[in-house]
Amino acid sequence: MLLIRCPYCEEERPELEFRNAGEAHIARSANIAGESDDDFEKFFFIRSNPKGIIYERWRHMHGCARFFNAVRDTVTDKFVMTYKAGEPKPSKLPGAAK
Amino acid sequence: MKKYSVFAIAREAMRGHKGWEEQWSSPEPKKEYDVIIVGAGGHGLATAYYLATVHGITNVAVLEKGWLGGGNTGRNTTIIRSNYLYDESAGIYDHALKLWDGLSQELNYNVMYSARGVMMLAHNVHDIQVLKRHVHANRLNGIDNEWLSPEQAKEFCPPLNISKEARYPVVGAALQRRGGTARHDAVAWGYARGASARGVHIIQNCEVTGVKRAPNGAVMGVDTTRGFIGAKKVGVVAAGHSSVIMNMAGVRMPLESYPLQALVSEPVKPVVPCVVMSNTVHAYISQSDKGELVIGAGTDQYVSYSQTGGLHILQHTLDAICEMFPIFTRMKMLRSWGGIVDVTPDRSPILAKTPVPGLYVNCGWGTGGFKATPGSGHVFAHTIARDDPHPINAPFTIERFRTGRLIDEAAAAAVAH
Repeated sequence: MLLIRCPYCEEERPELEFRNAGEAHIARSANIAGESDDDFEKFFFIRSNPKGIIYERWRHMHGCARFFNAVRDTVTDKFVMTYKAGEPKPSKLPGAAK
Repeated sequence: MKKYSVFAIAREAMRGHKGWEEQWSSPEPKKEYDVIIVGAGGHGLATAYYLATVHGITNVAVLEKGWLGGGNTGRNTTIIRSNYLYDESAGIYDHALKLWDGLSQELNYNVMYSARGVMMLAHNVHDIQVLKRHVHANRLNGIDNEWLSPEQAKEFCPPLNISKEARYPVVGAALQRRGGTARHDAVAWGYARGASARGVHIIQNCEVTGVKRAPNGAVMGVDTTRGFIGAKKVGVVAAGHSSVIMNMAGVRMPLESYPLQALVSEPVKPVVPCVVMSNTVHAYISQSDKGELVIGAGTDQYVSYSQTGGLHILQHTLDAICEMFPIFTRMKMLRSWGGIVDVTPDRSPILAKTPVPGLYVNCGWGTGGFKATPGSGHVFAHTIARDDPHPINAPFTIERFRTGRLIDEAAAAAVAH
């Protein structure tokens, strides 16, 4: 079971309290009806599914119930960091080579 | 290839079993092939086998980063069934089921296909409605499926608990008698032996690290840990890693990869005569010929390539198993493992041409690809050989996620995802 740090509760809690909510930083178009089929497919269905660093959303369902973002390595399942919803995608990861 | 038979056993017994040959050869990779298949699991090896036997294309290499059949082919719970709701799914899964019947004879290799019946339990009114809908839809498609009362279900599977006092009492079941199990390793080995005997090169410990494309966009071959290997046609059959390989060719896929876990118990005498599945309490179980109870759990909730999953997923499944079969509460579990499954948004596979000329993909089987192995290989070989899909896999395109013509087994599948 993963241990996940909620950036709002500022506590590391067991995975059972959380729901994974898929890839992060996928912006929904302000004019969704005007999207082309290609763009809608990219937004709705296409995922990066990386082997390595993933940016993903989690929800602290059985805690503060808020959404937040996390950076995790999908090979080791280790979290690199978590950050609040609305904050920009981190350009530099802690511990990453310069 | 020397034929296996009772006479071969007798002959080898006379001379100390010195005459058995290797089941498949391990040649050095050539510089160029007509077709390269990425991934030597069941689906990839079946594709190579049918390319050779049905289409006469034998200048084929199957590249495998690890060992043959060491991915999801060796990690699944070996269940075979075709009771899917939609016509497209019924078409492809029943095509496979028809090939399972007689596969041992065709391959001259005992894949131990056992049509012992797959029984799916209903626990509430909603389950009854859904499963009966499946029964009717299946029968319209010529697929056997029948409705059982709880008493009939218990007669078919005696250890099943049908007490009304159960937390989720059994109120009925759908039974596909042609469903069952097969020996997963033997499927990979049988196809590998048959393909190798016809000249297909099976190259293990050869990881694909890149897909080379010509200036006009067409596939030229693949970079591997054993150097560049050329081919004008490349079929990607890499299960959980399909999107990784497709990314090398510049194609982004509607796929996410999740861990899926299974476990087996200590071996015991025959006690579960069929496959039992329950969507609602979320567990499925069968018994291997060795006597182990083979139990399948659900996926973890996050994308991962770790081939492990959370222990709470297994606990959840064992809770359900003990509920369905109270006699197993004191069974010891021997081992558990995980595999990485590639899941599409509509839970149906993709077997298709891609936007890249010469590149074909067979992926997205999610949590239930083993049952389809022969059918999948058969129609995918057709797709590669003719550069045109077989009518059975024609609906399983990548483009359906753009057009919206989904095959939405996500809501309708007979199994928990």
